[in-house]
Amino acid sequence: MSEIPSDRSYLSSHEWAMPTDDGLVVVGISEHAAQELGELVFIELPEKGDEVQYDSQFGEIESVKAVSELNSPVSGKVVEVNTALSDSQDAISDSPFVDGWMIKVAPADDSGLTKLLDASAYEAQLHGS
Amino acid sequence: MMKTVLNSAHQRHGARLVEFGGFEMPVWYSGLTAEHHAVRQRAGVFDLCHMGRFEIVGDDPIAALDKVVTQDVSRMKKGQVRYSLVCNDEGGVLDDILIYRLPDRLWLVVNAGNRDKLLTWFAERMQGAKVIDHSDNLAMVALQGPLSCSLLAPHIQRSGQRALADLGYYRIAAARINLTSSEIEGWVSRTGYTGEDGFELYIASSSAESVFDALLDLSEDVIPCGLGCRDTLRLEAGMPLYGHELSQHQDPISAGLSFGIALEKKGGFIGQQALEQINSDGPEQQLRGFVVEGRRPARQGAAILHQGQTVGEITSGSPSPTLGVAIACGYVASKIPEEARLKVDLRGKEADLTPHPLPFYRRSTETA
Repeated sequence: MSEIPSDRSYLSSHEWAMPTDDGLVVVGISEHAAQELGELVFIELPEKGDEVQYDSQFGEIESVKAVSELNSPVSGKVVEVNTALSDSQDAISDSPFVDGWMIKVAPADDSGLTKLLDASAYEAQLHGS
Repeated sequence: MMKTVLNSAHQRHGARLVEFGGFEMPVWYSGLTAEHHAVRQRAGVFDLCHMGRFEIVGDDPIAALDKVVTQDVSRMKKGQVRYSLVCNDEGGVLDDILIYRLPDRLWLVVNAGNRDKLLTWFAERMQGAKVIDHSDNLAMVALQGPLSCSLLAPHIQRSGQRALADLGYYRIAAARINLTSSEIEGWVSRTGYTGEDGFELYIASSSAESVFDALLDLSEDVIPCGLGCRDTLRLEAGMPLYGHELSQHQDPISAGLSFGIALEKKGGFIGQQALEQINSDGPEQQLRGFVVEGRRPARQGAAILHQGQTVGEITSGSPSPTLGVAIACGYVASKIPEEARLKVDLRGKEADLTPHPLPFYRRSTETA
């Protein structure tokens, strides 16, 4: 297992949230989650303008074997979607922390971000499980 | 969770392990799609030790077994393997099995998840014979794919100098197996669950790991394969999977498995009357194959729709590595014409289903 980036925080269900300089929050899934899923075949993401809720489902991701929920690590409004993922999910498998980002969110006041796990707490959860 | 004797081999070969049928089993090693293509184009090795291996013993084990399975065992020749169902009185399927008529004994291979259920069922319902469970001391590994015969043949000696290539499809023979440092005795059958040519080896559990590794060392073309590709291979080949196409509430005639049912069998069998009734009335539903529009696979339980009404349910669905599209099969009410325009409800979004004959894939050259 490679490094877990410390520039972002995590939901226990393996989604990450990374604040950007322009006040947005980028959302994706961890390398651990991508490896657990295996070969990906389909992703459903919200559309620009949709609202997402902290720790609630914002999309679905399907591997060859199974369907998994994607839970949002942040509440707010979707301002950008990584639409390239709908054609190929390879970026999620190959680069889950960078190219495999899923949505960018303008966080609400009560965004939930403070409730997320930091990298070391998330890493501890992975090793404990 | 139970482990097969090959569990440490799976870990050595980098398997991702998951629970299946009560066992910790490899779902893939290198990746499902690569393993799928390896079996279609070259060869792959599977651990099948999780399946149940039973022997029927008694004064007349064939007659006793005939009362509890749908196939006509009395008509099987020595060395033959046959697909059969075990049904309840209502014609529902308790398991689908292979029956092996060896020269001097009678074997069954049953699904991992149904082992205990069948042991109980046979104990209660089979008269004049009993079941010996050899699953722990007898291992089972498969080599599947078009290169299987040429790779394996130099290492298999059958009685009477007969060649492995001459072993017919769905035949079993005793063999001396020279894959490892010492020759071992075992059995080899030309059977499988992939739609490719291939063999299944039955050997003492103590030899399982060395045989598994030796099969992988036969050639760089051979890779270990997990249950993930076993499922996509069998789905393409139109083979049912218990718990998906088959259950205690599902009859085998609707599933298109009449070839495994000897309705006219003398002496009767459990479920015969119910199956005769279904056969004469015609099944109310039929298992059909589909190509699913778009990239999103249809999964078990998804509703099949006709003009907005639910007329059936998906039983299995997956991307098909060989066809390059999403495929699925499911039960549809028989009254719906085969050419009807159907849709599938993919968790709130509808996708078109294009009827596709089963199987989705048939290998080009049949074996003897």
